[in-house]
Amino acid sequence: MQVEHATEHAHPQLGFWRKYVFSTDHKVIGLQYLITAMTMAIVGGLLSMLMRLQLAWPSVANLTMAKIFPVAFHDGIMEPGFYVSLVTMHGTIMVFFLFTAVLTGAFGNFLIPLQIGARDMAFPFLNALSYWVFLLSCVVILSALFVVNGAPLGGWTAYAPLSALGAAVDPREGVGMTLWIAALGLFTISGLMGGLNYVTTILTMRTKGLSMMRLPLTQWSLLITAILGLLAFPVLLAAAILLTFDRAGGTSFFIPAGIYLGNHVLTNSGGHPLLWQHLFWFFGHPEVYIVILPAMGMASDILSTFCRKPIFSYKMMVYSMASIAGLSFVVWGHHMFVSGMSPFLGTVFTMTTLVIAVPSAVKTFNWLGTVWGARIRFTSAALFAIGFISVFVSGGLSGIFLGTSAADIYLQDTYFVVAHFHLVMAIAPLFAAFAGIYYWFPKMFGRFMNETLGKIHFWLTLIGVYAVFFPMHVLGITGHMRRIYDPLFYDFLKPDQALNVFISVSAFALAGVQLVFLANFFVSVFAGKRVLENNPWHATTLEWETPCPTGHGNFGDELPVVHRWAFDYSVPGAKNDFVPQTVPPGAEKL
Amino acid sequence: MADGNGPGRVTIAGVAFAALMLVLIGVSVWLFIWRPWWFPEIASVRGADIDGVFSAVLIVTGIAFIAVQGLLGYFVARYGTNGKEHAGYWHDNPKAEAGLLFGTAFFMIILVFMGQKVWASIYFTDAPPGTMEVQVTAQQFAWNFHYPGPDGVFGRTDPKLIDNGANDVGLDKTDPAAKDDIVVTNEMHAVIGKPVKVRLRSKDVIHSFFLPNMRVKQDAVPGMSIGIWFEPTKAGKFELACAELCGNGHYRMKATLTVDKTQQDLDNWEKQKLAEQSGGN
Repeated sequence: MQVEHATEHAHPQLGFWRKYVFSTDHKVIGLQYLITAMTMAIVGGLLSMLMRLQLAWPSVANLTMAKIFPVAFHDGIMEPGFYVSLVTMHGTIMVFFLFTAVLTGAFGNFLIPLQIGARDMAFPFLNALSYWVFLLSCVVILSALFVVNGAPLGGWTAYAPLSALGAAVDPREGVGMTLWIAALGLFTISGLMGGLNYVTTILTMRTKGLSMMRLPLTQWSLLITAILGLLAFPVLLAAAILLTFDRAGGTSFFIPAGIYLGNHVLTNSGGHPLLWQHLFWFFGHPEVYIVILPAMGMASDILSTFCRKPIFSYKMMVYSMASIAGLSFVVWGHHMFVSGMSPFLGTVFTMTTLVIAVPSAVKTFNWLGTVWGARIRFTSAALFAIGFISVFVSGGLSGIFLGTSAADIYLQDTYFVVAHFHLVMAIAPLFAAFAGIYYWFPKMFGRFMNETLGKIHFWLTLIGVYAVFFPMHVLGITGHMRRIYDPLFYDFLKPDQALNVFISVSAFALAGVQLVFLANFFVSVFAGKRVLENNPWHATTLEWETPCPTGHGNFGDELPVVHRWAFDYSVPGAKNDFVPQTVPPGAEKL
Repeated sequence: MADGNGPGRVTIAGVAFAALMLVLIGVSVWLFIWRPWWFPEIASVRGADIDGVFSAVLIVTGIAFIAVQGLLGYFVARYGTNGKEHAGYWHDNPKAEAGLLFGTAFFMIILVFMGQKVWASIYFTDAPPGTMEVQVTAQQFAWNFHYPGPDGVFGRTDPKLIDNGANDVGLDKTDPAAKDDIVVTNEMHAVIGKPVKVRLRSKDVIHSFFLPNMRVKQDAVPGMSIGIWFEPTKAGKFELACAELCGNGHYRMKATLTVDKTQQDLDNWEKQKLAEQSGGN
């Protein structure tokens, strides 16, 4: 049942530039986000390869690298400052310009109108503007890598006063940090425009019959994420503005009296370094959920589709996402247990943090309940959705150690933290994003990705991420500090070196495996197997009512009418093992 | 709960996934029970308490980890499709949901109480009488240790008097109490069985005072003076590292803590340092 292409009905034909570049079509904007974020991922990934090279062989001269980066490698040995800039740029690029962008920017834009039965976003122009500001922020952050006087050196958390006094701390730092702040500011503005659009669209433009409790979980997660972003991003923006004033305007928001630098005492007074941490983490912890919630939503929907079984406890899934979002604003202090913050607050934040573990556990039980008694179709998308559960659980559980303030005294700022957040907020979202790409690729490009390559990609990636990130827990237990340039400088870390080498070799292999994905993606865009039906996966949600690829305006003359929830798989007595949301009650038996 | 309208199919992909989960569980057991790499040797009274909290969390999360990854592997192996059968159409079980929710909450509450007992013993308990006090001033990329000397009184310090290399903590040498003060860089001393109170400051950016063997970690924040205390239980030399990114030289911001066997050893060291300082003047 090929639905007629909507373009001819609702919209005039657009030229190449309006159609593919300066487009206001949410699907094109979604793909623009996707391709931009993938580019950023390649840069961020390559930076981490350089870090792993240094950590495994810290004092081995590498003449090839010295030829590629003559400034960063002195006699073949990496400069310590270059290492710190790698740490900073890798974190910043991955957290903001990959994960936030790909999950909310790419999938949010692409899926919201399609899954709620709308022709576009509420504010298409604002949507396009949001992408172009995002692209500008990408250019600015990448330029920070190349400025003559050095990349930013404050870590992605940019703790003041190191970030506020950059020029005094390292004569080479200055413009890099300024560009970092500018990029984050632009990114925040872009995120606010997107968030406003998402909330308005989901709340006001759902098609007839699509009540809130009939929304796919992807839509719930995107709505909740957008609200989180609207509440959290302004705090980062405010902090970035204050930091700019401290750096350039002579203010002292984050700089206390009595700082001694460059052989003299600074004249600043009245500021407090912990203010930056409070502001940053008040944004930063919700940001973690801004990344993971859409991943949870997408993984849930894809899991249910390929399990051919309704998601277990839909209501609890919605409530747990909402409670995670609410609680995410009262847990930020767990990043600051040993920061000098009042230890009484440490007690409070331990309690709130362990409370937020409960809805996360509920979601895990529900995913298990979904797989139990399923009839799984092992597509690449299904495998990545299943893998998502495994890595989310592994990373989530190590969070409980860190949330317990007494254990965190020792584990804070060690590789235990690095292991935890990579698994839970980098690898888990990455798996969900891969699942989403394999799953919605037919809708995006009208072609399939190669399933054999997809499966090779999955198995090697699953093994690779565990080989890279799981042993980092153990490094943390031995006390291995994060963000250090040379672990061999410490006697107590010398026995760790075998693990560091193992992790680095695994990381190189893992990165190599991603080439399989990239090749599969780009070749399939042009030469993948054509999709000849609207609904190749036999799914229930509204985007599968449209042709592959979906035309401008999404739906035909009439918008679809929804009669049921999004999870009617294997309904007893139904003709097929899936009942699309548009099928009226009783008609599923025909 | 009905399993659908047939037995389901055990698939190669499903079994492969289950096998990987088994390997994951096996490797975890090796890493966390066999422990080829583990915590550095405990050398303080509180060390055992912190490791105890870690172990309690490890037991709870370890059981959850094995159960969830194991069940996930089993279900994925067991419930493949054969293309003909339908899955079970069940999607709610309020009693099981409530049970799991309250069960999880129960364990979390237990962990909060266990952890907070140790947290309180560290942060809400004053150092006992007779505690030795050391003022620690962090800077890029070194640790300065300031001892009061034989009079037991710290001389006045002022950032305006800091002169890197010559007067690292800004000691006011006109203050009589400062006469016998000892200031050394990257070298800390304590005595076995005698609690040490560290008063942490920073001259420039945030650093973090990390003694792995003592299970001590506390950020040093410019503009703040933060007190922590610990009691060494083993003599020997221990590494002190900076745990907070503080600039390009962060990795080499290392010092050594020497825990002396007797107070006499410490006094001798102080005398020697004092002699070196007055010789230097």
